[in-house]
Amino acid sequence: MMPLLSLLIWVPILGGVATLAAGDSRPTMAKWISLLAALVTLVLCIPLYTGFDNTTAAMQFEEMRPWISAFDVNYHLGVDGFSVPLILLTAFFGPLVVIAGWEVIKDKVHQYMAAFLIMEGLMVGVFSALDGLLFYVFFEAMLIPMFLVIGIWGGPNRVYATIKFFLYTFLGSVFMLVGIIYLYLNAGSWAITDWHALPLTMVEQKWIFLGLLAAFAVKIPMWPVHTWLPDAHVEAPTGGSVILAAIMLKIGGYGFIRFSLPITPDAAAALDWLMIALSLVAIVYIGFVALVQQDMKKLIAYSSISHMGFVTLGLFIAFAIYRNSGGTQGAGLGVEGAMVQMVSHGFISGALFLCVGVLYDRVHSREISAYGGVANTMPWFAFFAVLFLMANSGLPGTSGFVGEFMVILASFRANFWFAALAGLTLILGAAYSLWLVKRVIFGAVANKDVAALRDINGREALVLTTLAIAVVGMGVWPFPVVDMMHASVDQLLAHVIQSKLN
Amino acid sequence: MDIKTILLLVPLLPLFGAAVSGLLRNQVGRAGAHWVTILAVAGSCLLSFWVLYLQMYEGLETLNYSVYTWMVVEGVTFEVGFLVDHLTSLMMCVVTFVSLMVHIYTIGYMHDDPGYQRFFSYINLFTFAMLMLVMANNFMQLFFGWEAVGLVSYLLIGFWFKKDTAIFANMKAFLVNRVGDFGFLLGIAAVLMTFGSLDYATVFTAAPDAAGETISVIGGMEWGLLTFICVCLFIGAMGKSAQAPLHVWLPDSMEGPTPISALIHAATMVTAGIFMVARMSPLFELSDAALSFVMLIGAFTAFFMGLIGIVQNDIKRVVAYSTLSQLGYMTVALGVSAYSAAIFHLMTHAFFKALLFLGAGSVIIAMHHQQDMRYMGGLRKYMPVTWITAWLGTLALVGFPFFAGFYSKDAIIEVVHLSERFGAGVTYWLVVAGVFVTAMYSFRLLYLTFHGKEKFEVVEGADPHAHLPDGQLAHKPHESPLVVTIPLILLAIPSVVIGWLTIEPVLFGGWLSDAIYVAEGNDVVAALGEHFHGATAMAIHGVQTVPFWLMLAGFAVATLVWRFRPGIAATTKARLPGLYSLLDHKYYFDEFNQKVFANGAVRLGQGLWKKADAGFIDGILVNGSAKLVGRVAALVRRWQTGFLYDYAFSMIIGLIAILGVWVVLR
Repeated sequence: MMPLLSLLIWVPILGGVATLAAGDSRPTMAKWISLLAALVTLVLCIPLYTGFDNTTAAMQFEEMRPWISAFDVNYHLGVDGFSVPLILLTAFFGPLVVIAGWEVIKDKVHQYMAAFLIMEGLMVGVFSALDGLLFYVFFEAMLIPMFLVIGIWGGPNRVYATIKFFLYTFLGSVFMLVGIIYLYLNAGSWAITDWHALPLTMVEQKWIFLGLLAAFAVKIPMWPVHTWLPDAHVEAPTGGSVILAAIMLKIGGYGFIRFSLPITPDAAAALDWLMIALSLVAIVYIGFVALVQQDMKKLIAYSSISHMGFVTLGLFIAFAIYRNSGGTQGAGLGVEGAMVQMVSHGFISGALFLCVGVLYDRVHSREISAYGGVANTMPWFAFFAVLFLMANSGLPGTSGFVGEFMVILASFRANFWFAALAGLTLILGAAYSLWLVKRVIFGAVANKDVAALRDINGREALVLTTLAIAVVGMGVWPFPVVDMMHASVDQLLAHVIQSKLN
Repeated sequence: MDIKTILLLVPLLPLFGAAVSGLLRNQVGRAGAHWVTILAVAGSCLLSFWVLYLQMYEGLETLNYSVYTWMVVEGVTFEVGFLVDHLTSLMMCVVTFVSLMVHIYTIGYMHDDPGYQRFFSYINLFTFAMLMLVMANNFMQLFFGWEAVGLVSYLLIGFWFKKDTAIFANMKAFLVNRVGDFGFLLGIAAVLMTFGSLDYATVFTAAPDAAGETISVIGGMEWGLLTFICVCLFIGAMGKSAQAPLHVWLPDSMEGPTPISALIHAATMVTAGIFMVARMSPLFELSDAALSFVMLIGAFTAFFMGLIGIVQNDIKRVVAYSTLSQLGYMTVALGVSAYSAAIFHLMTHAFFKALLFLGAGSVIIAMHHQQDMRYMGGLRKYMPVTWITAWLGTLALVGFPFFAGFYSKDAIIEVVHLSERFGAGVTYWLVVAGVFVTAMYSFRLLYLTFHGKEKFEVVEGADPHAHLPDGQLAHKPHESPLVVTIPLILLAIPSVVIGWLTIEPVLFGGWLSDAIYVAEGNDVVAALGEHFHGATAMAIHGVQTVPFWLMLAGFAVATLVWRFRPGIAATTKARLPGLYSLLDHKYYFDEFNQKVFANGAVRLGQGLWKKADAGFIDGILVNGSAKLVGRVAALVRRWQTGFLYDYAFSMIIGLIAILGVWVVLR
């Protein structure tokens, strides 16, 4: 059988190496190589999707080779209903980022494209690693290309942003490293599935949970360790922001699903109040903060944090529902809502950062006050921007609605107030999204920069249309996405309500 | 054609039209855009009437089926599906007919607008969304339609997106609606938790079993679960159907072009809340408390919003406040369990209010987009069709016997009289007094616009496209073109006769009984029906009732004040400055919302951002720890002098210290 997951990891990475080999002097060739590699990766997703059996929660497409035998480390890959949607999302964005940077990046094109391809491979690696150390290696290695992307092609304050980004995430993952080493020493294995079965005392679980939380909370990011994200977004080039928002944040959510919940279920149950509280703070508090942003990218960054609050909320209400009703009916809606929210937010935030990129490429400003009346000169752009911002505010018929709807409906079973506070996003999300529309898109032409704007070209239209189809398609028919994960969600829930304490 | 194909085509035709005229706007051109959209909505309208015909004469049963499965989670199926009963088909016909009239009218009204195709695309899209809403067979799709009509309303209020007032109004409309939707969504969440399904039929069947359940919301206070659900759902209706205090967006929505004021903000979208509550009657019937709440909110809106209409000078805003007031009447009817009366008034109102709005639009065309009635007057001789149809619409609105509004409004007043629900007494007085108010502002509008002296002058030779000062016109007002007047006439006909024709089947003949459930003992409509001896008899009897005389009194006062003795209005205004400014400021709702909610939210956001995020987390925790590391490093750096003797000296001290410790500890 074809080692599909390895191909999904290594085709983009080797494509990145080939792109680097094209050198600085042949930017056109570098672009075509990278586009080809990204497209091949996307095509490789077809057998992944069609070959995936969604009736079982077992790991599929498994690959297993010894790597560092002295420490029982294996090159162990496999996917289930949680990883496949995220891998598909990653591969979906590969070609889009290449096309989006096609004409915009003038400097060191080959390195830029290579960084993204390598990052893509590493992210697929994160989503498919079943060995704890392998996961950690991918998890950390992924930072390097992103560090370079922000540090080289970023804005004026990029050094501060990169260091903040790197230290924040690195500090978090060091705690995770301690946690997983402890798990290895206890279990005598690096296999994540072995860790799932490992009995642990409450004290052990709490420490491991907090160690993992340090890594994933920074990544997703949760309040109060979120402040690196707006800075990183503001300084990152468009492609960097897209990947950061669309995929990297999801690794935090994925971490909770793959590690925290199944490895330390009792600690998760005991500390769920903390997770829920932080999620609700993210949704409400950050919603207000997003409202007053002056910089478009910062606004979308804060909006991302707020939307990620739904992911953590959806994941951690399961325990309260179980305590209330003695069953998990409703909890599955929350977990699947969290997954849907991750995929959907990938589309929407990616699209929004691309929209800001379109404006930035023309006017070289991200300030809201530098615009006004863009719809007069860029009607097609206005169409897409309004569509994505509406999706961002959770309009039914777009993907943004589905996840929020599921999580709010599920959280009502946990506690009325969870649903009520989370539901405030209906108002807050609309407020900051529509106020942005009012100030940037609508109105009379504000200045000569806006008057001189040209509407989107074919390349930009291609990217935005693709994303629009994804956003609307998933809003109108989320069935396939949701269907993929039922078995895995059922198994996860059955696992987490089972105490590991004795 | 298969009935399911027909039902699928009804919403999909306008969606197709919207896509063609919107996405291919340059390819199809102006004529292409209006042809494709008008044909789409005309097809949709014909098919709707065909469905109604099948139900009336061919015995078509209620259809309830799934079109496709949206998603399945934990065995709960979320579907997109249609429930087509008599209520649905009635709504389909009203929506598509008014929409068709408005489409045709738009050819004339938007004739010179550069956004012509975009406008047609939006109103087609609106028709699609509204049809999805009324045809839904589950809460999820209802919510989809609910928000989708909100979206199109947003786009259309801000259609002239260069106008600051328009883009303020559309954002306000969307946000206020979202406040309602917040409640609505919580209601839907409670429905799913209680019944484990969002399908209407399943929920309604199981509803009586949930009657005794309670939910603890605030600190152990137990609410009836169904009361909670109904109140939450009704909060959604308050947003969409503009009931106080969530009514504030509707007057501002008049910033949009007049055709959409007629279609969306009078005839169809704003009645979605009324429709929804009627649809949910099996739930609402189980909660007297929720129904009392509905009734009182409606009564407040019906009377107090009508009062504001008396002091407005903008012709469209008068009609807008009238709409608020009439929506209040419908809400009152819902609150006394007279769901069929609410739907009946919804239908008659759709015709005559669309007529009045389109009439106002016709006047606005003639006046070159002057909307202030203080600069009109005497227009009847210039535009006879508009004038006569406006009179017909007004007579329907004020409830003159035999006109459509008479039957529906009188029925509501009578059922409130018969109701024994908590609060019905005060509600009765408010809706009766509302009749007087309605007559006042309605006839005031007619007099100021069509009668009396001309308060504008024609400036010969002025540039017709220039923006002239108030009260000046470049040329004489003239009657609007046929595309405008024909819809007026076609709407005037039902405004006159629809009540007389349909009161018997809709109210007393049980036409809606397959859709609406009324608990025994609550059925005031049936009680009223015992005294019903035909539409003609009802109209003749109507002359002897209090509302009729109050209406005449309103007419008399309006005639005196605004036709013959204009001084009275000014003196009254000067005598009662407090009352006047209260009404002129619309009870200060806007000021309050702006100060407390809008500014409050921004200030809170600023505080959280600058103080908590940037100040505390970043300033103290993140950069603070970075600085701390820096400072410690600076201190430690002092030891690293680079001189050999310093290091040698430290080594010796260290050695002595270690030896000392070793000696002591040993």
